[in-house]
Amino acid sequence: MKMPERSVVERRIVFLLLVLAVALPILFPLGLKTQSTPLTEQVYGLVESLPEGVPVIISFDYDPSTITELQPMAEAVIEHAWKKGHKVIATAMWPQGPQMAEIAFKDVQARMERKDAAAKKHPYGEDYINLGYKPGGLVTIQGMGRSMKAIFPTDITGQKYDEIPLLKPVRTLKDIRYVISLSAGDPGLRDWIMTANGKFNVPVAGGTTAVSAPGFLPYVNDQKQLYGLMGGLKGAAEYELLLGYEGTASLGMNPQSVAHILILAFILFGNIRAWKKRKADRLALEAKNG
Amino acid sequence: MKRNLPLIVAFISGVVILVGGFIPRDPFPRIESTLIEWFMIISGFAILLGQASLLRMNVARVAEKAPNWQYYLAGLISFGLMLAFGLLWGMEKTPGLLGQGQGIVDKLGTKPFDYLFENAFIPLSATMFSLLAFYIASAAYRAFIIRTFESNLLMITAVIVMLGRTSFAPVLTGWIPDQLSWLRLPELTNFIMQYPNTAAQRAILISAALGIVGASLRIILGIERSYLGGGK
Repeated sequence: MKMPERSVVERRIVFLLLVLAVALPILFPLGLKTQSTPLTEQVYGLVESLPEGVPVIISFDYDPSTITELQPMAEAVIEHAWKKGHKVIATAMWPQGPQMAEIAFKDVQARMERKDAAAKKHPYGEDYINLGYKPGGLVTIQGMGRSMKAIFPTDITGQKYDEIPLLKPVRTLKDIRYVISLSAGDPGLRDWIMTANGKFNVPVAGGTTAVSAPGFLPYVNDQKQLYGLMGGLKGAAEYELLLGYEGTASLGMNPQSVAHILILAFILFGNIRAWKKRKADRLALEAKNG
Repeated sequence: MKRNLPLIVAFISGVVILVGGFIPRDPFPRIESTLIEWFMIISGFAILLGQASLLRMNVARVAEKAPNWQYYLAGLISFGLMLAFGLLWGMEKTPGLLGQGQGIVDKLGTKPFDYLFENAFIPLSATMFSLLAFYIASAAYRAFIIRTFESNLLMITAVIVMLGRTSFAPVLTGWIPDQLSWLRLPELTNFIMQYPNTAAQRAILISAALGIVGASLRIILGIERSYLGGGK
């Protein structure tokens, strides 16, 4: 039997170690706690600062590929908004967003009932509504600034805009008190910042995957183009911490942290190996040249 | 004419939207609203076009028995199943052609579309995305090698930020006294993200924005014509 090349064996060892680094902390949780950062606290502060009954938008601008990072954020933000008595309007710039919203609403309601059997029920159409997916990104948001009804004539059940009690006070985007976009790319948070905030002065906050979070930090400034940012699983875990519960993000931080440490160890080993190889090559060259 | 008409449409639409941004008086807002509606309708058709193109391409691959044609067939079957279930019984709150499908819901606990979405599509999509971790781990071992001063600097920054964003960070540097709290990993990470990173990102954003202005002007003025197709 032909033996695989050394690089293939090394890659297999790397993969196996990564599997163990992720699986073991899931099976045996380390109990590590995360710390909240000012960026997440700002998002929390925005939701916390508004009174009961205000209409707000949570935009589900992602699909199932990023569910691990963004769904815990969605659940945490919905729970917070419901606790504050805000009327949640779900929109989506990505085709699978409405389903992600439905799953999040259902899971949050179930979790709240698990925690407290007497927890308030949040009826569809009164406490929350799902307006579904609309293509067009930035242009669609501009249209919402002129007329919400023109952009979303019905919700996902086919009910007419005018017949939905929650939407009675909402004529345009300007009637919305804040937008939180959970965004995995384009269209997404950047479109909300540029249009909802830039053009219609609606406070915008957001949550993104960890890899795209650094690109949004310039918008968190004195002009409040972005009211805080939740970055990746850590951002979601921080929001859960602020709400006082341990959800999937907090539990997911343990394997993620161990995996990060392992990757740092790989970098270290890789560099030691490269340094040794360079040294051996130099010695061989010196020996050759006498 | 076939080439000039799209150029004229692009020029007029671009100029009207541009001028409307500076003059918020009639008729500009009205025209802008109409153009927005048109844009959304065209975007809807683009989705249909995408689906048609996907179908045509996959059917051709299967018919030609191209390499790995079985995967294209699996894609086509999945596409057809989801389309059929969605059309017939709709999604959780959306009725389909056959209504809410209560009989099936009683058996499956949910509608067929939602059942497949939650139990097949979501796990498969999340799996595809999580495979990235393996590539990153492999690349970390083989490619992140320090060779120059710049790569050294990049590596040190990456190590601080990566460690700072783990749950180990408070434990690792929590012993540092309060007077030197800025040396703690979470604080160092926040500093790197807030200042050097934001400054660099801002520079990238401004240059990208200038690039977009330039590219848009080229399209409006008909200098850039690649969007018309035809390879010229």
